[in-house]
Amino acid sequence: MALHKSEYQGLLGWVDARMPTLMAEYKKHLSEYYAPKNFNIWYVFGGLAITALAIQIVTGIFLAMHYKPDARFAFESVEYIMRDVPGGWFIRYMHSTGASAFFICVYLHMYRALLYGSYRRPRELIWLFGCLIFLSLMAEAFFGYLLPWGQMSYWGAQVIVNLFGAIPLIGPDLALWIRGDYVIGDATLNRFFSFHVIAIPLVLLGLVVAHIIALHDVGSNNPDGVEIKDTLGADGKPLDGIAFHPYYTVHDVFWLSVFLILFFAIVFFAPEMGGYFLEFNNFIPADPLQGPTHIAPVWYFTPYYSILRATTEVFMYALAAFTLGYAVLLVFTFRSTPARVASFAIGLALVLFMVVPGFKLDPKFWGVVLMGASVLIFFGLPWFDRAPVKSMRYRPASHMALLLAFVVVFLVLGAFGTMPPEDSRNVMSQVLTLLYLGFFLLMPWWSRMGTFKPVPARIKFRPH
Amino acid sequence: MQSLIDGSPIEPWCVDFEMMKTKLLAVAVFALAAVFARGALAEAAITMDIFPEARLHEPAALQNGVRLFANYCLNCHSANLMRWNRLRDIGLDEHQISDFLIFGNQKVGDTMSIALRPADSKAWLGKTPPDLSVIARARTSSEYRGTDYLYTLLRGFYRDRSTPTGWNNSAYPTIAMPHVFWERQGPREATFTRIVHRESEKTHSEQVVREVTVIDADGNANVTESSVFGDPPESVEVSFKPADPKRAAQFDSDVADLVAFLTFMSEPSAAGRVRMGVWVLLFLAVLAVFTWWLNRAYWKDIK
Repeated sequence: MALHKSEYQGLLGWVDARMPTLMAEYKKHLSEYYAPKNFNIWYVFGGLAITALAIQIVTGIFLAMHYKPDARFAFESVEYIMRDVPGGWFIRYMHSTGASAFFICVYLHMYRALLYGSYRRPRELIWLFGCLIFLSLMAEAFFGYLLPWGQMSYWGAQVIVNLFGAIPLIGPDLALWIRGDYVIGDATLNRFFSFHVIAIPLVLLGLVVAHIIALHDVGSNNPDGVEIKDTLGADGKPLDGIAFHPYYTVHDVFWLSVFLILFFAIVFFAPEMGGYFLEFNNFIPADPLQGPTHIAPVWYFTPYYSILRATTEVFMYALAAFTLGYAVLLVFTFRSTPARVASFAIGLALVLFMVVPGFKLDPKFWGVVLMGASVLIFFGLPWFDRAPVKSMRYRPASHMALLLAFVVVFLVLGAFGTMPPEDSRNVMSQVLTLLYLGFFLLMPWWSRMGTFKPVPARIKFRPH
Repeated sequence: MQSLIDGSPIEPWCVDFEMMKTKLLAVAVFALAAVFARGALAEAAITMDIFPEARLHEPAALQNGVRLFANYCLNCHSANLMRWNRLRDIGLDEHQISDFLIFGNQKVGDTMSIALRPADSKAWLGKTPPDLSVIARARTSSEYRGTDYLYTLLRGFYRDRSTPTGWNNSAYPTIAMPHVFWERQGPREATFTRIVHRESEKTHSEQVVREVTVIDADGNANVTESSVFGDPPESVEVSFKPADPKRAAQFDSDVADLVAFLTFMSEPSAAGRVRMGVWVLLFLAVLAVFTWWLNRAYWKDIK
């Protein structure tokens, strides 16, 4: 068979003749991928999230060489890594700090998407892959958190796995199946280890590849929300685009060094981060007979933990009223009769299972549903947002105010989730839970309100 | 409208608005503080004394700490995650470790384990004394640092005839551990001053009293009560009067050394970590300058 005729010389030419895909992909994704030239600092967090993923994988490989997934030795083996493995403390602190850094980057990356409408047509699929990455990341963090086998690892896993027990009919059996035992035990530790080091990372890597391929097929959005592919030059390349490599690689390398300064400042000078990155209770070995007085997940889960705790018996009435109100709103909005009937019927059925005696389900179950819904609701964003423009720059100020309000709601729920339950905070969490859901569920209405500014045909760019 | 201070007339909108703003702000701050305050504790706890941090960097203090640890603690308590030869990090050589610190037939490469079996100590003492390898980190909480807690706890013992061991502790009431250092500290009189809210037996209304409990060096308690002006929150304060203040002061210093050692043991790599961190950050700062430069050089052409 004849070789592919290569344009390159030497070794590269030899490889290219035999595997033309290599240089074709290099061009497609790096040297000839045209990205809008007006990216701002919000656009660095995707690359930084990949860096965090790389840090986690590399440090994880070394940790797995010394860690023992056995309930008798797990706690000791982590301290063995911290004390007796040369450089072990460094690897372990990078891994524990990396987990939080990954979430910080992902949360900021998602905020960027909300700010500039990056999830809008034609980028819905990129957003869906991204949401799946977020879900996998949560699973990865949850499974990994059991491994040090400290008190918080143990009781955190106990609380979360028990949540599955609240599902009607299959709940208790499902929880037993997940644990592989009647309490969190050695069997649970072994399977969580397996999920943490191989199953979820594989899924995560596959999703990241899909996320980037989907992005490079349609091209990147930008702070102006203008499609650069609409304005092509004589050479067929977007006039407002520049090659990803070298322009954005050198750009990202600078921001990467800033990220590394912050990252290593934590690793070397404050690895516990005041108990938020490494919880102090986790320096006590797991004791199945005595739980800690206050169980709190790591900071990145606390907004959802607050939503779970907010769902009490009394809150069910507020939730039922919210559901009913939303169903009525849908009835008045839809024009087709079947849609009206369906939305009202679904609303009534939900209310039936929320509050009507004889039918109502355990509030704990609804807590699990709300917690799940508040994560999964991100998937619907491309269809909730009905604004005629993508970017916040050309939307009414009220939209920016709502987005900032949502950020505040998210942060306050997160702060409450780290604290022990208390009456006034619980009431506030209940209000904030409804605001959280309302931000998304009412978006089809509020996103069309207000006066929009005209979107320019070309991006705005000020040379540096 | 008139000013409340000197009766001079003032423009009403000005006063109302300013006062309202201040009041609203005060209410908001108060509400926020209340909402974000950690959950109220069931019983008022004593405030922890501050551990003298400087001891962490004094090899002599750390060496005195490990001497006390091996002599007083390492018999009921183990440190199973700590190797003897790690003590080289605080300036001891292997001969010093094996000749002066290891009592049994352990080797310097072994961990600081003990002969007492957990099941036996549970049967004999009611509770297995916890392993102390990472205790300084484990006892840190959102309220206080682990070092301050240990420094307060080990100096908080007093005689109490009402407990099984005859000892009690101000930082950990009804602690199972007796005062192993009693000879080093000497006898002390403890005084607890509590502000207590309780229901009056006669009127069934809430009553606020100041309760002063003086426990003498033999553990006999004497309680006096007095009424309180106003409505202060529940609190407890403790003070000690040692019979031999000089001995007690020396003991405070010894405990600081012991806590310094426990802190070192909970993370032996901490000092090296901070030293290395300075160089890493200096390198990254230089790298950031160069990458900024590189970025600027490339982007110069983009118009």
